[in-house]
Amino acid sequence: MLTKDKLLEFYRGMVTIRAFEEEVRKMHNAGLAPGLVHLYSGQEAVGVGACAALNSDDYIASHHRGHGHCIAKGSELDRLFAEIIGRRSGYGMGRGGSMHIYDPATFNLGTNGIVGGSVPLATGAALSAKLRGTGQVAVSFFGDGVLNQGILFESLNMAALWSLPVVFVCENNGYGEFTEIDDVTAGRPYAKRGEAFDIPSEKADGMDVLAVHEAVSKAVTRARNGDGPSFLIFDTYRYSGHHVGDKQEYKDDEERELWLSRDPIPKLADMLVAGKKIKQAELDELDAKIKVTVIAAANQAKKMPEPDADDLARHIYAA
Amino acid sequence: MAELTYREAVIEGIAQEMRRDEKVVFLGEDIGKAGGVFKATVGLWDEFGDLRVRDTPISEQAILGAAMGAAMTGLRPIAEIMFSDFLAVCWDIVTNQIAKSRYMTGGQVDLPLVIRTANGGGARFGAQHSQSVENWAMMIPGIKVVAPSTPADVKGLLAAAIRDPDPVIFFEQKSLYATKGEVPDGEHVDEIGKAKVVREGDDVTILALALMVPRALEAAERLQAEAGISASVVDIRSLVPLDTQTILSQVKKTARVVTVEENPRLCGWGAEIASIIAEECFYDLDMPIVRITTPHIPLSSADELEDAMIPSADRIFETVRQEVD
Repeated sequence: MLTKDKLLEFYRGMVTIRAFEEEVRKMHNAGLAPGLVHLYSGQEAVGVGACAALNSDDYIASHHRGHGHCIAKGSELDRLFAEIIGRRSGYGMGRGGSMHIYDPATFNLGTNGIVGGSVPLATGAALSAKLRGTGQVAVSFFGDGVLNQGILFESLNMAALWSLPVVFVCENNGYGEFTEIDDVTAGRPYAKRGEAFDIPSEKADGMDVLAVHEAVSKAVTRARNGDGPSFLIFDTYRYSGHHVGDKQEYKDDEERELWLSRDPIPKLADMLVAGKKIKQAELDELDAKIKVTVIAAANQAKKMPEPDADDLARHIYAA
Repeated sequence: MAELTYREAVIEGIAQEMRRDEKVVFLGEDIGKAGGVFKATVGLWDEFGDLRVRDTPISEQAILGAAMGAAMTGLRPIAEIMFSDFLAVCWDIVTNQIAKSRYMTGGQVDLPLVIRTANGGGARFGAQHSQSVENWAMMIPGIKVVAPSTPADVKGLLAAAIRDPDPVIFFEQKSLYATKGEVPDGEHVDEIGKAKVVREGDDVTILALALMVPRALEAAERLQAEAGISASVVDIRSLVPLDTQTILSQVKKTARVVTVEENPRLCGWGAEIASIIAEECFYDLDMPIVRITTPHIPLSSADELEDAMIPSADRIFETVRQEVD
C-alpha cells in the first residue's frame, strides 16, 4: 500500500510536468525555443509512475518527447528550460536542445532525437551495471513508433539472452508522428513483441499512475534480482499532437474528449480526495505553488546568458 | 623486439589493455569461442572469460548501441564490426549517437569506445565485404579515425585507442592480417594523430594509408632503382586527428605530392588532404597534386577485376614516374 507521501509525490510530479510543458508551449509560441518541441502533456503518469519505482542511481534513457522523464528523474527545472531555449547554462550548453538533454547527476542517458535511440543505450547501461556488479537497473522509454524499428528486436534479443537488468517501457500514445500506430503496425497485441523473446510482457493503463508504478516496480524488482528484462506497454495520449503547432486535424473531438476524461491528474486527485487523504482545497493550493515554482524557473532560464559562438569548437573531443 | 603478424598484434594490443584495466570489455560477432572470423582475437576468450569477451548476435545496431551505453556508464568497450561495410547497418549509432554525444552534452559525456573493423580489399570478397570506408568515418565530427599498416602500429595504436577518452574507429586492413613485422617487447602504447615518414626522399612525397603503405614503399624502391626518383613515403596512420604538420613539411621539402587511396575516388581522404595542401603550400608545389585511387565503381570479386581497381605498386610506380618526369 502506497503512503500518502508517495501518492502526493506522484501528484506533484505530474502537475509539475504539466505546468512545465505549458511554459514550454508559451516559450515556443513566443519564438524562444528553437526548432520543434514535443510536449509530454497527457503522458505524465508513465514517466512519473516509472521513475518513482527507481533508485536515484538507476539509469533512464529517453526519447524526443522526454522533458517529463528528465523532471521525473530529478533534473533542475531552470536548467531544463535553459537547454530548451538554447542558453549557455542548459544541460548541453544550449547545443542539444529539447531532444538532446543529458544529465549525469540523475543518471539520465538523455532524451534522443532518433526513434529507438534509447533502446540500445539502456541495454548497454544494463550490461555495464551487470558487469560492474552495481545492482543498478536501466529503463528505456520509447514511443509506439519503435515497435516497428529493427533496433528494438536486436536489443530485446540481447537483453533476454544476457538476462540484463533493463525495463523496456513503450509509451503508446496512439500516433507515430501524424499517423495512427494501428494503421502501420502488425502483430497484436503489441506486447507479443516482448513475449517472442520470452521476456515477461504486460500492457497496462498509462493514464493511471498507480498502474504504471505497480507494473514498473515489479519489472524493476525482477531486474534487480537478476531475473532479466521486462517489456511494458502503457496506453496513453499526447494532448498537443506531435509537436507544438501540430493542428491535429487527424484527430476527432470524440477521441480527444475520451482521453481527456481519463486524464491522470484529476484521476489521482479524485482518488486522494475520495479517500480523505487530502482536501481538494489543499490540492488547489499545491497546484498554485507548483505553478509559481515552474514559472520562476522559466523566468530564471530566460535570464540566463545566451550561448557564446566562441565556444563552438569546444567539446568535440576531450581537451 | 618480437616478430608478430598483424593479426597477432591485434590480439596482443587488446590483451595488454584488458590485463591492465578491468573496465575494458570486448564484444562482437564470433570474437570469443571462434577467435574471430580473421582469427585476430584467438585466445582472448580463454584468458578473459565470457563476461569480458562476449559473443554477440549478428546485431550490429545493438552491438554499437550497447557498447555506447556501456561506455557512458563506466566501462571501456571494444566493439567489433566484422567487416567495415557493415558500419552502414549501424551508421545511425556511429554518426547520430556516438559521434555527437560529447558535443551535444556540452562535454559532459566521455565515450571511451573503440570500434574495430576489418576494412578494404584484396581478399576477393566482392562489393559488400571489401570496401575501404575510412573516408566515411573521416567526414563525421566527433570520432577519431585510425588505420595502421604494420603490426607494431596495430598494437601501439590499438592500445592508445582503448585508452582514449573519445570514440575511435580502428580500421584493420584485412589483407594485412598475415603480414609480419617487428613489435616492441613489453607494454607498447603509441600516440594517435602522428603520421610517420617511413621513407625519406627528395623528389616526391607519397601519402598512403594501411594497405597502400607497403605498396607505396615497393613503388618507391622501384622509382629509385629504375627511374632515379627519390620518393618520401608518409604513413598517415590517423585521418582524425590528421598530422598536417608532418604532411606539409614533407610536401614542402619535395615540392611534389601524390596521394594513394584505397577508398573510391569521390570524397576520398586524399581529396581533403589535397585541399589542405593547396590552401597551405600551393606556392611550394612544382607540379599539380596527383591522386591515385580506386575508381568510383563498386568493387568486383573476380581477381583480375579487383586488381584492376585497387591501386597496385605497379600503378603507383607508373603514375609517379610519368608525373614526376
